[in-house]
Amino acid sequence: MSIRTLRRHFRESGKSLARNGWMTFASISAVTVTLLLVGVFFVIMMNLNHIAENIQKDVEIRVHLDPAADDNNKDLIGQKIEQISAVDTVAFSPKEKELTNLIDEMGEDGKTFKLFEQDNPLNDVYVVKTKEPVDVVKTAKQIEKFQYVQNVKYGQGYVEKMFDVVEVARNIGIVLILGLLFTAMFLISNTIKITIIARRREIEIMRLVGATNSFIRWPFFLEGAWLGILGAIIPIAFIAAAYSYIYDFVSPRIQIKFVELLEFNPFIWQVSLILLLLGAVIGVWGSLMSVRKFLKI
Amino acid sequence: MIEMSEVSKIYPNGVSAINGITVKINKGEFVYVVGPSGAGKSTFIKMMYREEKPTTGSITVNGIQLSKLRNTKVPLFRRNLGVVFQDFKLLPTLTVFENVAFAMEVVEEHPKDIKKRVMEVLDLVGLKHKARMVPTELSGGEQQRVSIARSIVNSPQVVIADEPTGNLDPETSWEIMNILEEINNRGTTIVMATHNRDIVNNLKRRVIAIDNGRIVRDEQRGEYGYEY
Ligand SMILES: Nc1ncnc2c1ncn2[C@@H]1O[C@H](COP(=O)(O)OP(=O)(O)O)[C@@H](O)[C@H]1O
Ligand SMILES: [Mg+2]
Repeated sequence: MSIRTLRRHFRESGKSLARNGWMTFASISAVTVTLLLVGVFFVIMMNLNHIAENIQKDVEIRVHLDPAADDNNKDLIGQKIEQISAVDTVAFSPKEKELTNLIDEMGEDGKTFKLFEQDNPLNDVYVVKTKEPVDVVKTAKQIEKFQYVQNVKYGQGYVEKMFDVVEVARNIGIVLILGLLFTAMFLISNTIKITIIARRREIEIMRLVGATNSFIRWPFFLEGAWLGILGAIIPIAFIAAAYSYIYDFVSPRIQIKFVELLEFNPFIWQVSLILLLLGAVIGVWGSLMSVRKFLKI
Repeated sequence: MIEMSEVSKIYPNGVSAINGITVKINKGEFVYVVGPSGAGKSTFIKMMYREEKPTTGSITVNGIQLSKLRNTKVPLFRRNLGVVFQDFKLLPTLTVFENVAFAMEVVEEHPKDIKKRVMEVLDLVGLKHKARMVPTELSGGEQQRVSIARSIVNSPQVVIADEPTGNLDPETSWEIMNILEEINNRGTTIVMATHNRDIVNNLKRRVIAIDNGRIVRDEQRGEYGYEY
């Protein structure tokens, strides 16, 4: 297709937007509302996910060894753990070190534990990290069965819960988003339908004089794309502004370990690109539905 | 040029519009298609530019066998045909020039060629001086001349006209006929369905008479021969 033809298609699509006035406005508004909700939800989801990942990344399996185990047994257990394919790192932490850690962690109160230095009640520990957070539970269960392993500790349930919460939130979100996207698409396809009907005679003549089908369709695809892209502008601007504000306000005030927001750059750029693409896709898709139905060519 | 062999057309609603037509129209011919209304003239003509497909039989136009023509190739096929209708089919928002240029734009001709060629055909139909007017500012005859200009602007080998004078008074009809005759003299084949007895009987050409979807008469330099 020549540049000249492309220019013509752009011009025609622009003319339709102007001519359809209210329908154009309604379609763009629908896309705006949809993408606004999608965008806000997406930003929340991604941050939750980020926090969940931070926590999960930190989850380690602590393998407490039976005090009866001798050095040989301990080495053997270490080797066996290393052989598990999901395991990333294994570190041995003798009970003396465990006690120092404990004392350090407790601060002032920890001093009382110094009494135990002579008769250390703690176990030797293997600290295991998996390659993927999801494998923690499975791996822990596997290690628990080894001989001379007294017990195994990890995340204590909150790992699973975290996954569940993120999963449920995501599923609800997806259903919601799909519903909204579908509505916006439907409105766009209606606008295109009106354009097609308004241009019926023009299309009829184009076909008589030998315009190719793609030549006839192009302006309608562009019109759909415009509706989607124009509808994405306000959501992008809003989300960028709001996120920048919230980020600046919230980040310095968060004291909780693991909880941090995704950085504005590049996160918001990615979100903007996604919203823009989503807008264009539902626009083109909407027009595709109409073109297929009303332009039997 | 145009060949039909044992062509029949039954519309989806069961109406049998064409019932076994075999005919051959040669290059450069001028052919009238006459017959009472409902005889099947429009259907006969529509099958030539593949607006309708025959139910049975085969049609060849410009060496292309239409039954083998894929849908995506129809636009290219149509570029070798000009089509003219009773109701002109002009775009009301475009000027005379733009209406004719439209046919060249949609087949992606170069703007320079478009300007030159459009003025050429407007000259041929005698409307060069009205190029900037819109259709509503023209008489019926003038509008039909614009539509003829558009039909020939891409230099087709065949012009197909379905009652081009149906909405016009006798005098204007003759203006149209003079233009069509001129186009024919330059070598373009013309197939024209008509109800105009006066024209058929005075400007003598081949006449194909259709009744009930069949050819009932086919004469060189024929007469209209009906009482309608
Ligand atoms: N699109 C159509 N669908 C169904 N029947 C049609 C259609 N077009 C024409 N017909 C029928 O086919 C017959 C021939 O019509 P037509 O070719 O228009 O005749 P003419 O042009 O000679 O008046 C008529 O009975 C008409 O009602
Ligand atoms: Mg007819």
